[in-house]
Amino acid sequence: MEAMAYRASTRTRIGYILDRETWLGPVMLFPAVLYILVLVGLPFLLAILYSLSDITVGDPSLDFVGLQTIQEVVENPVFQKSLRNTFVFTLVSQALVLVLGKILALALSTEFRGKWIFRFLILLPWTTPIALATISWLWMLDSVFSPIDWMLRAMNLLGPGAPLGPAKNLYWLGKPELAFFSVILVHTWRMLPLATVIMVAGLTSIPQDIKDAVAVDGASFWRALFEITIPLMLPIMAVATLFGVIFTFTDMIVIYVLTRGGPIDTTQVLSTWAFFKGIEGGNLAQGAATALFLFPVLLGVAVLILRFARRAEVA
Amino acid sequence: MAIVETRGLRKHFGDVAAVDGVDLASKEGEFLVLLGPSGCGKTTLLRLIAGLEQPTAGEILIGGQVVNGLPPRARKIAMVFQSYALYPHMTVFNNIAFPLKAQGMSPEERKKKVEWAASLLGINRLLHRFPRQLSGGERQRVALARALVREPSIFLLDEPLSNLDAQLRASARDELQQFQRRIGTTTVYVTHDQVEAMGMGDRISVMYQGKVRQIGTPQEIYHEPADTFVATFLGSPPMNLVERKDYLLGFRPEHFLPKDIASVQDKTVTFQFRVTRVEYLGADRLIYGVVAGANGESKAISRLSATLTFPIEPGKGYDFLIRSQDLKFFDKATGLRTGPKLL
Amino acid sequence: MTNLKGGLSRTPVYGIVTLFAIFAALPFFWALITMFKEDSDLYTPANNPFLYNLPPTLEHLELLFFRTQFLRFVFNSLFIGALVVVITLVVAVPAAYSLARLTGRWGEQLGIAIFLVYLVPPTLLFIPLSRVVAILGLQDSLWSLVLVYPTFTIPFCTWLLMGFFKSIPRDIEEQALVDGYTRLGALVRTVLPLSIPGILTVVVFAFTLTMHEFIYALAFVSVSAQKTISVGVTTELVRGDVFFWQSLMAASVLVAIPVALLYNLFLDRFVAGMTLGAVKG
Repeated sequence: MEAMAYRASTRTRIGYILDRETWLGPVMLFPAVLYILVLVGLPFLLAILYSLSDITVGDPSLDFVGLQTIQEVVENPVFQKSLRNTFVFTLVSQALVLVLGKILALALSTEFRGKWIFRFLILLPWTTPIALATISWLWMLDSVFSPIDWMLRAMNLLGPGAPLGPAKNLYWLGKPELAFFSVILVHTWRMLPLATVIMVAGLTSIPQDIKDAVAVDGASFWRALFEITIPLMLPIMAVATLFGVIFTFTDMIVIYVLTRGGPIDTTQVLSTWAFFKGIEGGNLAQGAATALFLFPVLLGVAVLILRFARRAEVA
Repeated sequence: MAIVETRGLRKHFGDVAAVDGVDLASKEGEFLVLLGPSGCGKTTLLRLIAGLEQPTAGEILIGGQVVNGLPPRARKIAMVFQSYALYPHMTVFNNIAFPLKAQGMSPEERKKKVEWAASLLGINRLLHRFPRQLSGGERQRVALARALVREPSIFLLDEPLSNLDAQLRASARDELQQFQRRIGTTTVYVTHDQVEAMGMGDRISVMYQGKVRQIGTPQEIYHEPADTFVATFLGSPPMNLVERKDYLLGFRPEHFLPKDIASVQDKTVTFQFRVTRVEYLGADRLIYGVVAGANGESKAISRLSATLTFPIEPGKGYDFLIRSQDLKFFDKATGLRTGPKLL
Repeated sequence: MTNLKGGLSRTPVYGIVTLFAIFAALPFFWALITMFKEDSDLYTPANNPFLYNLPPTLEHLELLFFRTQFLRFVFNSLFIGALVVVITLVVAVPAAYSLARLTGRWGEQLGIAIFLVYLVPPTLLFIPLSRVVAILGLQDSLWSLVLVYPTFTIPFCTWLLMGFFKSIPRDIEEQALVDGYTRLGALVRTVLPLSIPGILTVVVFAFTLTMHEFIYALAFVSVSAQKTISVGVTTELVRGDVFFWQSLMAASVLVAIPVALLYNLFLDRFVAGMTLGAVKG
């Protein structure tokens, strides 16, 4: 009898502990925090340690060499080119995305027949796994069979005696300038849908009474656009662009599939350079050090996102 | 059945004392109303009793046992929320059966119990419906049935009528009170509506700024207010307060009558009442004006039944009187009731 | 004809969206045509690439399905996706509930911190993680991806779920507490059934995010039989300099379209999450 009563009371006591929110809250949060600490926090620390060592796949002992590895990385001309390219690709493609996305968002925020199919098609570049999307571009930009080249030839713009030169192909990915252009094109293509849907959400969150007031005031389309719509949407446009910046700045798939950094490293970016050094070349220290250069920009952008997003909440 | 009691109960949210030292004890089977303006701590007090909040200090007793630290489910209480909090994904039947499931009752018993509760509230035909298919009044009954079915020792009701429209509220008030009388379970009822409080409560506890200002029957609260807050919070329009040299003089508008038509033998006090405005409200007439006070004039209101056709015009002065026994006296500094003064 | 709501009148709207739709879909359109082309049709530069100069053929689909490891890659991706979804739910649901309800003021700060983890890109971490994977003996095994993918699905899904949980009235849970249930009982019996749309959203996103992932899969797994679709298709259907273009395009289209359809259904939730709108539910 006493034992039973005792057992009942301990059971309820344990039950009551689970009722205590100060206790239950951290317990439920623990697995997620642990997962993130072990598989994000720890690798991040490792990345910093690696960049201060000379670790390679062949010699995985962690010998500290101070800033020597970082110095070697920075002095490599390919790294310098990669750093510059990373910024140029990101800034140019996101500037394009901002302008094109704004136009497209204005169009998509209206109601018209068959909107869903247009929306589906326009969203394809974002919703498709990026490696598979990029490989279809690789085929679009093929050195011999590019359908773009064929169209240019059909319009007599390409080929012997045509304005674009005597060659029968443009070699999109074979010439440095064109490869550069192609990478920017694919990045823009890929990020445009996300920026557009975020901006459409921003447009639809402009209160109806403001829209009505503008209509009553008889403002022209352009005046309304520049004096009402764009100022009101500034925070959300900033958020859209900043996400684009993060995804483009840190992306390596487009370059990896399209050009592998070529021709002769002219389209190399930090992430691909880190991959070729660290994974394919086995130099973990230099790879980690290269990738770490992504971090300051990432941090800055994240801070900006938080600041703008507070002002741009759309439900 | 049991009584609920609090001793020196406090609840602080940061620097704010939502409940600031409450000593309260219900009687067996009583309908106790917690009345006060929004933010006075009445809902927090109810949530403390329910176990949804943990007190900063003090004790809560239910049926003579200290229940501090016990989770809500171990307190033998039932609660009806202002929103009714019906489970949207369950039928009415499952809503009512939900507390029984927690007790591990067998399905047959559950069915019997649910039907008993449903018939008590007249909602048998709604059992297979979902909450979204119910009207406001029906939802309220389902919430009551769900509270009833556990046969709790205490009912806690948090403004359960405030989501009903005005017409429905009057009949729901009546039903709820009769229902409580019939089952006889001790009930703590939170409201900011003095009409509900006066009409339903066996006793009313008036709360303000986290403290209980007065507890008593509706008659006591209305006629013998303990301080100026209670005096002016109850009654519509509220009690007139006229400033005198070292005290405040209080009288109810319905006791403030024109001298010419008042036929009273008792001792009276007469005021010169300068009328500024007259409002006709159908059954009543409200006369707004000013009377002479200690520091210049004080505003006052008189409420005359429509059956008194005595002509009153704005802009003119009249003699109004009050029976001495209807005068209340309050301390100027503390607002507390004091004994009669010489006028 | 112009106003702020309409923005533009009908005709230019159709013009603009058509232009953009062509730009967005052109590579897929080209891929769709390519996958049924005969070699001799495809590899003749003079032929109109958008027409079938020879009758269409299914031989490259046959090659893809029966003479490559494509189906193996599909299976691997589905397997990884399913396991990651399960891990994500098991970890993210309690975490999100805790942040939404139990942790008070610092819950929201911590929620934002967790969301920021989603923005940490694979390119920053794949090198040290490749060592962690090697030390755990998971190199060249798809289990390495099962382990690592939750690092980005958990933050994003926790964030989304937090918004969903916050949108459920507190009264309902408190009612369950009063009705005789524990916190966990109230969670399981009231909050979870009411969050089914949110949980479904999270399942879809966790799944599509794993289908999209490429870098970890590329860095950790180099054995054909363990590869995912993204990596398998882009590495295995290329032999040296020889591309099996028709099969490659077939694989790309066959995977892209279902994933895109799935993603599309829930895209608005995704956007709400990214703009922190999820805070308000």
